Amino acid sequence: MKADGVKRFLLGAIPWLGAIALWYAVRLSGIVNPSLIPAPHAVAMKFFELLMHEGLLVDVWASTQRVTLGVLLGIAAAVPVGFLLGWYRPARTLADPMINFFRALPPIALIPLVIVYFGVDETAKLVVLFYAAFFSGVIVMYEGVSQITPLYIRVAQTLGASELEIFRKVIIPLTVPHILTALRVALGVAWATLVASELIAAQRGLGALIQNASTYFLLDVIYVGIICIGFVALVMDMILRMISKRLLVWQERAVA
Amino acid sequence: MTSESNKRTRAQFEHVSLAFDTPKGKLQIVDDVNYSINDGDFIAVIGPSGCGKTTMMNMLAGFQKPTGGRVLFDNAPVNGPGPERGVIFQEYGVFPWLTVRQNIAFGLTLRANRVAPSEREAICDHYLSLMGLSDFANSFPKHLSGGMRQRLAIARAYAVKPQFLLMDEPFGALDAQTRANMQNLLLQVLAAEGKTVMLITHSVEEAIYLASRIVVVTARPARIKEIIEVPFPYPRDESIHERPEFGQLRSYIRELVMSEYRAQQAQTSFSE
Repeated sequence: MKADGVKRFLLGAIPWLGAIALWYAVRLSGIVNPSLIPAPHAVAMKFFELLMHEGLLVDVWASTQRVTLGVLLGIAAAVPVGFLLGWYRPARTLADPMINFFRALPPIALIPLVIVYFGVDETAKLVVLFYAAFFSGVIVMYEGVSQITPLYIRVAQTLGASELEIFRKVIIPLTVPHILTALRVALGVAWATLVASELIAAQRGLGALIQNASTYFLLDVIYVGIICIGFVALVMDMILRMISKRLLVWQERAVA
Repeated sequence: MTSESNKRTRAQFEHVSLAFDTPKGKLQIVDDVNYSINDGDFIAVIGPSGCGKTTMMNMLAGFQKPTGGRVLFDNAPVNGPGPERGVIFQEYGVFPWLTVRQNIAFGLTLRANRVAPSEREAICDHYLSLMGLSDFANSFPKHLSGGMRQRLAIARAYAVKPQFLLMDEPFGALDAQTRANMQNLLLQVLAAEGKTVMLITHSVEEAIYLASRIVVVTARPARIKEIIEVPFPYPRDESIHERPEFGQLRSYIRELVMSEYRAQQAQTSFSE
């Protein structure tokens, strides 16, 4: 069991080591001007420097908090809306073009308007993240809910279930997997939108870190910021996957 | 269990028709069907696939309303599904998010037929052992074979004790051995609990082996071609397959069904 865990860890480490090797290779090959590519060890040193003296954790925490809150609010709204759209065909016909219209808008294009209407403080950043999370979540929810087979509802009816019992005991369990998928998709989109949302005059946050570093052409700081975003997003996704696995033991295939 | 005239009528089809309006015109699925099912009957409905037999069952189950005539259950028009009419679906419909035991208990946790937890556990244990599922009580359905899922679906339907069972080709997807086992198990349970059954099937052998009466249905639109009494008394066992009357009845019904099948083929090739 233990040997197995070690083996899996090593297997998982291989692509990362490969990426670092490739990074060095590109830098040493001279294809790109080496001054434009900080070396991995230099980035690592920068990471520790930022961690110790510049409060990198404050940035990580600020961004994680924003993303989490934005996603939770976005999904809290996307679940009932996506459910209604998936469940009632007329609602879908009515709202579908609208949803797809807004979904196609890149959140970054909305930032000037968000600043006008919500100012430049925390609310504005949350609005952008909420927007991103909501529209990605709604689509996942309604695609999932519209594919729920009526068979289980019929079975419950023939066993004597009332409307409320069907909702509580059949529809909710069938909806949970779609909520979890919506969360994961929204989380990915929200991290992708983070830098854009922190363009709005953020003091702290990984997006702000990258923005500020780009002003002074601090490539190593930019690398640290990017790697931190990827890493935190990866950890959050792993946590969600663990929760999914726990909640969805009954599913035919493990949640990938 | 043979139908006697003094037995109470449970279900009645009175001039039942069902038609859909399609862009190409009216599509008649069921046409002027009349028959009744008495308490203790085991009715098998047989006919070519796609003929509308499942539609007939759906109307009695309460999933579809006839566009003409009436479907009565206990002398009242059927108005939606209910726990007194248990349904066993062709696709099983076992709830994948519940364990085997929770599936069986599902109906008993509903307000319509709620029982005390101790009684619920006793009923679950009874059907778990009857269906040979005790070892899998806490497994999820994904770990069950097709035959086991079918037994689970049957156990779940039985647990709320419906006196009337509607079964839509319940053994259609099973291999020959499992199918024979399931048929025998069904006969045992019926002998012990005395239920009324409407079984939809396309297997002539299955219909003769299980049913007290066989309703042969025409190719679409479904009309009643013939109603045949099966002369074998219950309890039955597999030896009746060897009887000469079984063979004669089988040839006779098979010919009826095949002639309808040919009519259906001719119909579809004509319309294409």
